[in-house]
Amino acid sequence: MKRSKRIEVLDQRPVNLDGFINEWPEMGFVAMKSPYDPEPSVKVQDGRIVELDGKKREDFDFIDQFIADYAIDVERTEKSMAVPSLNIARMIVDIHVSRKEILELVSGITPAKMTEVMNHLNVVELMMGMQKIRARRTPGNQAHITNLKDDPVQIAADAAEGALRGFAEEETTMGVARYAPLSAMALLIGAQVGRPGVLTQCSAEEATELELGIRGLTTYAETLSVYGTEKVFIDGDDTPYSKAFLNSAYASRGLKVRFTSGSGSEVLMGNSEKKSMLYLECRCLYATKGAGSQGIQNGSVSCIGVPGSVPGGIREVMSENLVAALLGLECASSNDQSFSNSDMRRTARTMLQFLPGTDFIFSGYAAEPNYDNMFAGSNFDAEDFDDYNVLQRDMQVDGGLRPVTEEEVIRVRNKAAKAVQAVFRQLGLTPVSDEQVEAVTYAHGSKDTLPRDVTADLMAAEDVLKRGITGIDVVRALAESGYQDVAESVLNMLKQRVAGDYMQTAAILDRNFHVMSGVNTPNDYMGPGTGYRVEGERWEEIKRIPHIINPKDI
Amino acid sequence: MQISEDLVKQITEAVIAQMQNGNAASAAAAPSAAVPSMAGRDRINEKKTSYAGYPKAKQGTDPKEVVIGVGAAFQREIKRTINGIPLEDVLKNVKAGIEEEGMVPRVVKILDTSDVCFMALEAAKLSGSGIGVGIQSKGTTVIHQKDLYPLSNLELFPQAPLMNLETYRKIGQNAAKYVKGEQVVPVPCTNDPMCRPKYQVKAALMHIAETEQLDPEMGIIEWEEK
Repeated sequence: MKRSKRIEVLDQRPVNLDGFINEWPEMGFVAMKSPYDPEPSVKVQDGRIVELDGKKREDFDFIDQFIADYAIDVERTEKSMAVPSLNIARMIVDIHVSRKEILELVSGITPAKMTEVMNHLNVVELMMGMQKIRARRTPGNQAHITNLKDDPVQIAADAAEGALRGFAEEETTMGVARYAPLSAMALLIGAQVGRPGVLTQCSAEEATELELGIRGLTTYAETLSVYGTEKVFIDGDDTPYSKAFLNSAYASRGLKVRFTSGSGSEVLMGNSEKKSMLYLECRCLYATKGAGSQGIQNGSVSCIGVPGSVPGGIREVMSENLVAALLGLECASSNDQSFSNSDMRRTARTMLQFLPGTDFIFSGYAAEPNYDNMFAGSNFDAEDFDDYNVLQRDMQVDGGLRPVTEEEVIRVRNKAAKAVQAVFRQLGLTPVSDEQVEAVTYAHGSKDTLPRDVTADLMAAEDVLKRGITGIDVVRALAESGYQDVAESVLNMLKQRVAGDYMQTAAILDRNFHVMSGVNTPNDYMGPGTGYRVEGERWEEIKRIPHIINPKDI
Repeated sequence: MQISEDLVKQITEAVIAQMQNGNAASAAAAPSAAVPSMAGRDRINEKKTSYAGYPKAKQGTDPKEVVIGVGAAFQREIKRTINGIPLEDVLKNVKAGIEEEGMVPRVVKILDTSDVCFMALEAAKLSGSGIGVGIQSKGTTVIHQKDLYPLSNLELFPQAPLMNLETYRKIGQNAAKYVKGEQVVPVPCTNDPMCRPKYQVKAALMHIAETEQLDPEMGIIEWEEK
């Protein structure tokens, strides 16, 4: 065939490097509605749910049973189920029906019914729903802070810059898992240098993550994964009950925690039971609610290539986020994984959460270049900071970030790197050279930094665990080496665990360590003239992007 | 024609480059209409291979042993990794790496799980030294130790599309070094943020093809495919 030059040009476009597949319900490659999804139904007997979405109690798998026993309001369920799905969908977008009213109503519906409700909403309606239903009044944002070398000094500097830029939470992870104690410590210190009150976590194997939390080297946790089918749960060596137990372990130590789920994981693990991605994700979210978690990170997350490959997949991702909010959960709405080779497509996908605002628009914006992102790449990275700030300014939308000056960036990076240098010296860990501090201060990514002695670092990391070093040791080391202000901030973060207020739904802290959650600052959107508006000092801040033309220079 | 060492090297490099890129080129998607719908089908491969009669894997006793646990579809339904490296060569290199460090490789096929962490842990538990390597047919690899948590590990290589034969050889060497109790420098991480959009669907399909070959009754078998 003689090739069309037009088609040849189109074939070369980045979007055609993305993976697409036809719907295949038997393997779970179907976004919102599978012919095998159950019909919604519920039956209550003696105050107990005995039938759920077409299944009798004796046929329940452990997810069904957990949902029936812990995630659905038994008192309300028969009444809620009698309301047609279309009516519920309409109430979600009706500005005259309050968030509270809707949450009460849906606390009685089943996962299959929830799936049906979402199928009535198009993407604009889903966004309208999110604007009204998200828990916290003010939207927020979370960063990924990682690098290819697992260099703790760079982690501290990037954490400081990220905090300065407005992220309310920062998450790290490692290429080499055993680095975890050093990564967690560097992140904790760096974040407080950038902006007091930023929450930090270290995504690691669950037992390690819990231990780091208990020791006060992290201030929240996020990586408690739940799945939509029993088989996948079992493959992860887990059940909803074990997750609820782990959740309580964190709660008992006063740590903020959220679960993680997201469509596509069951497909990737080859056990979708022929159900739609949305239905399975609804089951995850109900299990999360049943386990007593205050929140969830969802929106396909690391499996985004799967919903991204099928028709309606991105609509499905936004539906999951809205379902989380409808169940009263804090929603950290993903956007945290590279998703497309096309800049257009990756931006459009993020607009669904950016425009209405979610509790955390990204549950990991790469605050380093993507080559350093050890979550295998985020949807936006450090090179997109200015684009993102301009988007906020163009649309007068609060995406959780702020423009910064080069002087501030250099100052906080340097201070964070030096603070880590001092703490490592004080605690007798691997040395950090002045040259390394200098390189990290001015670096964009790990290509600009010096190599670390990995073997020595790993021994030091092991030593941190063996010696039982805690957050308090970090506070002491900071104070003894002249970083009194940072020491106080870290100590204030540890105090949160005693107060416990930041365990409330969708909590973040301001620079004075005051909690802002869905409880004391609830979302009160009820249409134009209500809810959170970008105005006053915050709007002035968003306006101050770099590279503004000075008319006097013309 | 004179065959110089340089020429041999050039040819080798060209062949390796081709092997590494081979599949990427052929993956260029066809127009949607040309792709037949799979709807209604429950499996990727209609047939399930029977391993009846294969010897069950034994508990190792040699303290020099490193057990490599390969996926259920390894070298049968799936013959190349996600980026086109022949599985035979993958295995050859991991084994060579182990031998170069003076240790002894043994290969088993894991038929009761397709989760790479559990595969690696099961291999480690069977291994006389307590160190094992799990390799999925798509190429994802983990080095594990018998007394670690399942989802913990010594080294994890999650981005299969970035693997090459040199990495597999180093994995073998490092696994052996763990046996010897040396301070091991982990194989440096690689990262390509565009792996996911390009490969995730393919990864899902390969994992389905592997998982549908599981045979928990058989458990783990000794594996030496010719």
